[in-house]
Amino acid sequence: MSLVTASNLTKTYRIGDIDVPAIKGIDFVIEASSFVAFVGPSGSGKSTLLNMVGCLDHPSSGTLKVLDTDIATLDRRAAARFRGEHIGFVFQDFNLIPVLTVFENVEYPLRIVQKWPAEKRRAQVLRLLDAVGMADQADKRPDQISGGQKQRVAVARALVSQPKLVLADEPTANLDHDTAYRVLELMKKMRDEFRTTFVFSTHDSKIMGEAETTFVLEDGRLQNGGSHA
Amino acid sequence: MLDILDIASRNLLRYRRRSLLTLLLIVIGMVAVLLFVAVAGSFKSMMVGQITDSVLGHLQVHHKGYVASIDNLPLNLNMKPPMVAKVEEALRANPAVETWSARVKFGGMFSNFAETTSIRVNGIDPAREAATTPLLPGRMIEGQRVGAGAGALVARGQIVIPVLLARGMKTKLGDTVVLVATNRDGSVNGKTFVVRGILEGVTGPGGRDGYIHIDDARELLRMSEAEVSEIAVRLKDFSRLDRSTSQIKAVLEGVSNGKPVLETHTWADLSPFANLAKMIDLMTLFIKVVLVSIVLVSVMNVMIMAVFERIREIGTIAAIGTPPSRILALFLAEGLMLGIVGTIAGTLLSLVAIFGINLWSPTFNFGQQQNLVMAPTIAGGDVLTIAVLVVVVAVIASLQPAWKASRMDPISALRHV
Repeated sequence: MSLVTASNLTKTYRIGDIDVPAIKGIDFVIEASSFVAFVGPSGSGKSTLLNMVGCLDHPSSGTLKVLDTDIATLDRRAAARFRGEHIGFVFQDFNLIPVLTVFENVEYPLRIVQKWPAEKRRAQVLRLLDAVGMADQADKRPDQISGGQKQRVAVARALVSQPKLVLADEPTANLDHDTAYRVLELMKKMRDEFRTTFVFSTHDSKIMGEAETTFVLEDGRLQNGGSHA
Repeated sequence: MLDILDIASRNLLRYRRRSLLTLLLIVIGMVAVLLFVAVAGSFKSMMVGQITDSVLGHLQVHHKGYVASIDNLPLNLNMKPPMVAKVEEALRANPAVETWSARVKFGGMFSNFAETTSIRVNGIDPAREAATTPLLPGRMIEGQRVGAGAGALVARGQIVIPVLLARGMKTKLGDTVVLVATNRDGSVNGKTFVVRGILEGVTGPGGRDGYIHIDDARELLRMSEAEVSEIAVRLKDFSRLDRSTSQIKAVLEGVSNGKPVLETHTWADLSPFANLAKMIDLMTLFIKVVLVSIVLVSVMNVMIMAVFERIREIGTIAAIGTPPSRILALFLAEGLMLGIVGTIAGTLLSLVAIFGINLWSPTFNFGQQQNLVMAPTIAGGDVLTIAVLVVVVAVIASLQPAWKASRMDPISALRHV
C-alpha cells in the first residue's frame, strides 16, 4: 500500500526576478511501513522534498498525495491539522523545547496539539520514552542530556501521536557516527514496533546504507526510481 | 487553557530578569496611578465636602438673574414669599432632597465703633442652616462650639463673624458691633449685634461671610415681607447630584410669571473649586494614559523580543501541528500573565502604601485651611477599573507579536539562525 505518491512534482522558488527550480518533475512512491532515505549532496532538493511531503510547503506543479490527500488542497490550518494527526518530525538540531522536561517535550503533541486526556497521555508518553530508552531521564531538561539522547527524545516525540509517517531531515547530521547509527537503529526498531513509515534525508554516504529504500536526488532530479537494499 | 498558561509561565521564567523588569514597570505604573487616584480623589472629595457642607449646600435656588449679579448681592432679585412657598413645596415633594435653608444675603458695613469695614452677611434660620451645611457649626474656632443642634448657631441679636474680620477689626467675643446696610429703596439702616462666635475661613465663595439670624436680616433691611435671596439645598445622596438637580430644575421651571423666574445651580456652578476638581480629573486621566503607555510599550517590547528569540521554536511547534490559534494563545497568555501578576503586585503595594499614608497622617494647608489631614482612600471600583485596564492593555500589547508568531512560515522559522 502506497503512503506517499508524487507525480511530475516540481518546486520552483522565486528569488527576486529569478525562478530557481529546486525540484524538477520527479515521480516516486513510498510504501507504508517502509524505511526510506532521500540522499544527495547539499542543495540537491532533499529538504524541499521533505518539506512538501510534510505539508510544510506546496508543490509548484504536479501532484503529491500523502495518505491519499492531495497536499496542494490544504490551507494553512488544514495542513497544521494534517501534520498533527498523521506526520511526525525529527529535526537535525533536535528542536526540543528548552523550558519543558524530556517527558513534557514528548507529551507536547498530545497535550497542546491533540489534547489527549491526562491519564492516557501519561501512559503513551511513558511507553514511548521506555521504547527509546529515555524513561529514566524523563524529568531532565534538554540542556541536561546529550545530543544522542536529545534525538532519541525527538524520535519519541515524533512517534507519540501514533503518526503514519515520520519525516527526519538530516537526523544524524549533528551526531557522531556511533550515535548516528544508534539513532537510525532506534528509528528502524520503532518502525518495526509501531509500523510507522520513516523517511529521512542525509548527505552522509555511510548512513544511507541503513535505509531499505534509497532515492538519490541530484540537482532536483531523482537519479534512480528508489533502489532497495 | 491551563496547559497554555503553564507553558506561558515557564517561558516568562526563562527570561527571568527581563520579565521581572517588565513586571517592575507595570507595578510602578500601577502604584503611581492608584496612589494618585487615592490622594487626589480624597483631596477632591474633602474639599468638595468642605465647600458643600459648610457653605454652599449641594445646590442652590435663586431668582432668575441673581447668580449673574451675585457679587453685588442684589436685593431687588430676592424671591418673594409666594415664590419661596412654591420652591419649598417642590423641594418637599422631591424624595432626593434631605433639607434646605433659606437665606437673606446682603452686603453692609461692619463697625466696632472705632473702625468700619465692609462685610457680606448671611441671614439664616440657624436650625435649617445647621442641617443643610452640617460642617458650619464646626468652623466656629472661638465661641461656644456647637453641634448640628437646632438653634444653637446664632440667636437674634447675635452675629458670627469670619476670623479675618475679627483679627483685622480687633473684635472679640461678646463685643457689641454695628451692622449698617442699605435696603432696596436706598435707605440706610443700622442695628447692633453681639459677637457670638468667630468662624474659620474656608476656600470658595461665602467662605468669609458673617452670619446673623434671618429675622434680624429682614429687620435690618426693613423688609415688609419674608423675602429670600437664595435657598441652599442638601440632597440625601450627593452622588446623584446631577440627576436630582435635573429633576428639581424641571419642576422649578414650571414656576413662572409668564417666563421662567427661578434658576437652579449646583455647587460646581457656584464655586471656582469646580475647575480645580476638573483639573484633578484631567490629571487622573493623564496619569492613566501614562500607565497605559508604560504597560503597552514594556509588554510589547518584551513580547517582540520573546518572538524574535524563539523563531526556531515557533517553527518547531508549528511543524509538529500546533494550530496557529494555539500559537497565538501561547503568546497572548504570556502578556496576560505579565498583566495579571503586575496588577496583583501593584495593587497590593498600592494598598499597603495607602494604609501607610493613613497611619502617618501627614497634614497640609490649602487656602485658608490649615493642617488638613491627608487621608487617602480608594474605591474598590477604581482599583478594579485600573486593574482591568492594565490586564487588557497587556493582552493588547501582546497581540501584534503573538499574531506575528502565529502567522510565521514554519520552514522559514526552522531555518532561522
